[in-house]
Amino acid sequence: MPNPVTITLGRLVQAAARLRGGGTALPGLVVEKLEPDFAVRILGELPQGVVLVSGTNGKTTTVKVVTELLEAAGLRVFTNNTGSNFMRGVISSLLQKVSLTGRLNADIAVLELDEAHAVNFVAAIKPRYSLLLNVLPDQLDRFGSTDYTAELLAAVARNTTEVVVLNREDELLAQIPEKETLIAEVRWFSEENSARQSDTILKSFSGNTACFEIGGVCYEVPLALKGRYNALNATAALALVHAIVPETPVEVLTEALSQVHSAFGRGESINVNGTPLELILVKNPDGFMQALESFDSEDCVTMITVNDDYGDGRDVGWFFDVDFSSLRQSGVAVLSGSRAYDMALRLEYDAVPLQAVDTDVPTALKTFLTDSPEKPHRIFCSYTTMIALRKLLGTKAEMERVV
Amino acid sequence: MSAAEHKSLTILNLFGSQLNNFGDAGNLLVLRKRCEWRDIAVELLDFEVGDSPEKCKGAHLILGGGGTERGLSLIKDDFLRIAPLLHSLVEEGVPALAVCTSYQLFGEYLESSEGERLEGAGIFSLHTLRGAERQTGNIVISNSDFGEIIGYENHSGLTFLHEGQEPLAQVVSGFGNNGKDGTEGARYKNALGTYLHGPLLPKNPQLADFLIAAALEQRYGEPLELPPLPDQWVQPARAAAKARPR
Repeated sequence: MPNPVTITLGRLVQAAARLRGGGTALPGLVVEKLEPDFAVRILGELPQGVVLVSGTNGKTTTVKVVTELLEAAGLRVFTNNTGSNFMRGVISSLLQKVSLTGRLNADIAVLELDEAHAVNFVAAIKPRYSLLLNVLPDQLDRFGSTDYTAELLAAVARNTTEVVVLNREDELLAQIPEKETLIAEVRWFSEENSARQSDTILKSFSGNTACFEIGGVCYEVPLALKGRYNALNATAALALVHAIVPETPVEVLTEALSQVHSAFGRGESINVNGTPLELILVKNPDGFMQALESFDSEDCVTMITVNDDYGDGRDVGWFFDVDFSSLRQSGVAVLSGSRAYDMALRLEYDAVPLQAVDTDVPTALKTFLTDSPEKPHRIFCSYTTMIALRKLLGTKAEMERVV
Repeated sequence: MSAAEHKSLTILNLFGSQLNNFGDAGNLLVLRKRCEWRDIAVELLDFEVGDSPEKCKGAHLILGGGGTERGLSLIKDDFLRIAPLLHSLVEEGVPALAVCTSYQLFGEYLESSEGERLEGAGIFSLHTLRGAERQTGNIVISNSDFGEIIGYENHSGLTFLHEGQEPLAQVVSGFGNNGKDGTEGARYKNALGTYLHGPLLPKNPQLADFLIAAALEQRYGEPLELPPLPDQWVQPARAAAKARPR
């Protein structure tokens, strides 16, 4: 049983960190030092085990969908759905939920972990189920190449005991069952145009209504989630949850799915003195492309903020893998962040008109909010600039959630 | 010197679907746009696996980027098939930009991740071994023709220039070819090889314009004047990149 002292201390650090407006990493770090197997002990006792979700894009939203579907199926779910997909983030979430005697009031854990942390995690705890979404270029200054990222996810698949759900359309993930000896059964999800058959298919998506085929039966589901990429994330979540609770009628799952909204910090709307403001996290080319395709830039004032800190990816070369021509009509009002000028250079090559560049995020935000305040505003932000913007915009409690 | 307007040139893009790591596709965009802005028409030859070597003939500019180990294993045989042709084009004075994997392939040989020795085109007199650690970070290099060149390096290969092989530039800050001799990249005639991503050309338009001017001269047999472009964001972007930690 985890030590009550560890839990109490961890919670104190957490409270202190929160007062400073800070993140989820520090309490996790403290607990990890005090009791290295803290998470292993608690998660190891869950009756239905651990579900791991990994891949480059869509983890946070997918975990949110999976969690809500499992809850609809009657399970008590523990999740680290804070966007902090490191082991320390998991510990931090555990601290909030665990009793002083170290018991977690849950049947199953659904965890989002980035590729590198997922590998460390499966070395300690074997997940019963895992869902691997995609392997896309992201933070290559850290991972080196997508080949390496794929190897990390292959290790996750190897260590999964019951079912591995894979994206049929992802070239690198689709090779895993051929290359690896897997204990777990493989289930596939994909879009309709797949040459090979999948277990769960996104047949169509238009006007925010998705049509899913599960086990040969079609289900039409109106989604509150926006964008085609989220419809595919929902497909992945359905495939996974159907594997975990095969006895639950699919209608129960699709009904719950229609109620799910996008995940915290991954496309949220807030109200700033009457001006609706959307923050959209963009961290790699595919994510940025999907965001540009999913959100109409017309009648909207746009800002882009980009840093090159560790959390953003140090190499900004990926700006050139994004097609910005959809912003040509509306233009961009303000660019900010430490690599704002790299973005300015990028936009020039796509002939996107630009009003202002200001590397200082606070002053840039002020300029941006005074520009046509009657119109909706949207900021595409890299990870550390999103953190900075959220601080500037006030505490979470003061924000009116519109989504 | 007559003007470059209304002229045209053909760019050969090598294995664009595989050798496109770290934004290297941006180099092609920059070359195309800087031609378009000057009313120079560009024809693009996309050379991919399975294409006939004939397709490479008539190129006035050769472009190749970086790829993954997997990408390299997919293209290496087809690359070797066109290597003699690329070599003779460079000998004739056709300009080339070979970044990362392409740079290594333009050398004499390279070692794959499995320790297998792959033959290169031998355009540059150099070879590449597999290093123990991946070198990543902002890098600044410099030479007298192009001034400071700013980019981002991300490679595990260690490249060694053979005697008589000219480097592209000297390392000002960063790792470069091998972290030891202070060299970065290689140059032979109008062919430039380098590890620099960023991508390379947006923040170093002097290199883009060198390649375009050399391609036009190659095609029309005389130097043509390239009208200057405003490039208003280049200097601040270079300054910002230089000010960032490695």
